[in-house]
Amino acid sequence: MNNTALAFDGLGHAYLPERWIFRGYRAAVTRGRVFALLGPNGRGKTTLLKILLGALQPSEGEIQVHGRIAFVPQLFQVSFDYSALDMVLMGRARKIGLFTQPVPADEEAALQALERFGMAHAAHRPFHEMSGGQRQLVIFARALVAEADILILDEPTSALDLKNQGIVLEWIAKLRDEGLTVLFTTHHPHHAHAVADDALLMFSERDYACGPVDEVLTEAHLLRLYGVPLRQVAFEYEGKALASLVPVHGSLRRLPVAG
Amino acid sequence: MTDSGLTISVAPLVAKHPPMPGGRCMPYLLGVAVLLAIVGSLLLGAYPMPFDQAVTIVAHLAWPGPLPDDPSWNIKELTVIQTVRLPRVLVATLAGMGLGMAGAALQGVMRNPLVGPDLVGVTSGAAFGGVLAMLFGWPPIGVVGLAFVGGLLAMGLTFTLARLARNGGNGMALILAGVFIGAFFIALVGLVQFVAPDVKLPGMVYWLLGSFIGVDAQKVFMIAIPTLGGGAVLMLLRWRINLLSLGDLDAASLGVDVRWLRWLVIAVVSLIVAAQVSVAGVIGWVGLVVPHLARMLVGPDHRRLLPASALLGGLFVLGLDDVTRTIVRGELPVGVLSALVGTPFICFLFWKTQTKGWSDQ
Repeated sequence: MNNTALAFDGLGHAYLPERWIFRGYRAAVTRGRVFALLGPNGRGKTTLLKILLGALQPSEGEIQVHGRIAFVPQLFQVSFDYSALDMVLMGRARKIGLFTQPVPADEEAALQALERFGMAHAAHRPFHEMSGGQRQLVIFARALVAEADILILDEPTSALDLKNQGIVLEWIAKLRDEGLTVLFTTHHPHHAHAVADDALLMFSERDYACGPVDEVLTEAHLLRLYGVPLRQVAFEYEGKALASLVPVHGSLRRLPVAG
Repeated sequence: MTDSGLTISVAPLVAKHPPMPGGRCMPYLLGVAVLLAIVGSLLLGAYPMPFDQAVTIVAHLAWPGPLPDDPSWNIKELTVIQTVRLPRVLVATLAGMGLGMAGAALQGVMRNPLVGPDLVGVTSGAAFGGVLAMLFGWPPIGVVGLAFVGGLLAMGLTFTLARLARNGGNGMALILAGVFIGAFFIALVGLVQFVAPDVKLPGMVYWLLGSFIGVDAQKVFMIAIPTLGGGAVLMLLRWRINLLSLGDLDAASLGVDVRWLRWLVIAVVSLIVAAQVSVAGVIGWVGLVVPHLARMLVGPDHRRLLPASALLGGLFVLGLDDVTRTIVRGELPVGVLSALVGTPFICFLFWKTQTKGWSDQ
């Protein structure tokens, strides 16, 4: 059985002739793993995501998708005040004919998906009035009713407070443990470090690093990626030895030095 | 990642209408209201018409059989209903229904509650076709036909121009193209009026203002076929409009062929609007105002919004026409009244959205 959910080879894109955003990129996303996509603003994460979603034709290269993709956009804004249930129901689009309307079984499936994320009580609440974290869970529920195998999330934690960032990261890990493949973009290397198994770092047009997180999320790579030094900090929490990545900004507050 | 879709608003814009309790049965109530309004409108006018007479005559016209030996109505009453009031009432209702659902569908696929059907250039194109036919001295059916062709031509040009844009699939390119093409056709309307002989000018101006005077059975069919046919397509696609109202990338990831579906909806909307303008001139603002009112009644879900907008649109335009032909003696053009009623409403919405904000963001 093919163990690859998503793969691309020799991938390149240029919006204008010979103005390459990236070129010659190659990576494979393994089924049932979390894959993080990192790069500074303007490096082409969005372009790569659009290509993977099939919304943009790459200028060159090959892509293979083995499974059904569901997309969770960043900063979800809707122009009309749909209820959470209406939003989740839209995940059924592939199952409902072009000229037909959802039936009660579809609504039932949508409600169950909301329940799965502990959001059934808010099914009829306007989506627009929900907190960023709640909205993200509603969109996760929508991906669930779409019966997707691959979840692509665009900066899923960008507009969330710390608590909601934690909830979303935990759900990413949980969905991975249930067999889903998750690919997400992020500006937070410590989030990639916390939940991702593999990562792709987009350094420049032709230069990238791809591999298991332990190998690619190194201090040297991250300095190259962002131009900001990051340090891996080890600590103990609730009896467990843990590590995280911390950026070292020039104006960081220094600890008072004893003596 | 930001979505490539359109926002022509100047402030964050979310049409916030909490679903009303009982919203589900609202379309049925509106349906009954439209039927009652149709019957009520048949009674209105200079010639007195009792309720039972009107109903019997309509029943006779709906199920034509041999003329009864001793009908309860006289031939004069039959003529009033058959040739004057019924065609006018039907055309007004169909025009309102078409504009209401066209507006709701367009706002959905453009993801912007402040756009109206006039914005894709069809209205101006149809107006040009109509005045050109009048300049040539064509009969009414010719005016209808050429207005229709003008509307479709403007729509075609708008689509072509939008397709040339780099992001032609998104709504913003289409809106801008519609504004440009619309402005061009408005200039052509001005040109035709400038060269028109004095004797033809008042007719053109009056037609452009929008009116249901002089509609006949032929015009009923001219508006009914595109409105009911196009309306049926929109009704079948109404849940898909919910999907189109998400971002392009988001909708595409849910398996929607965004570009194709959006063009289809806009083509149907253009057809309906062209039919309305060709039969009764420019009746603006209905397609913008009615969907907002409908959203207040049934919420934003297009499965209920589209039928509600159609019925409310029918009720709205029929009501306006009743006012123009009864309360305001001398037949104020219905297009003038719709603008007089519609613009303050839109100003109110503008005030609410741009100064107070729809959302609490």
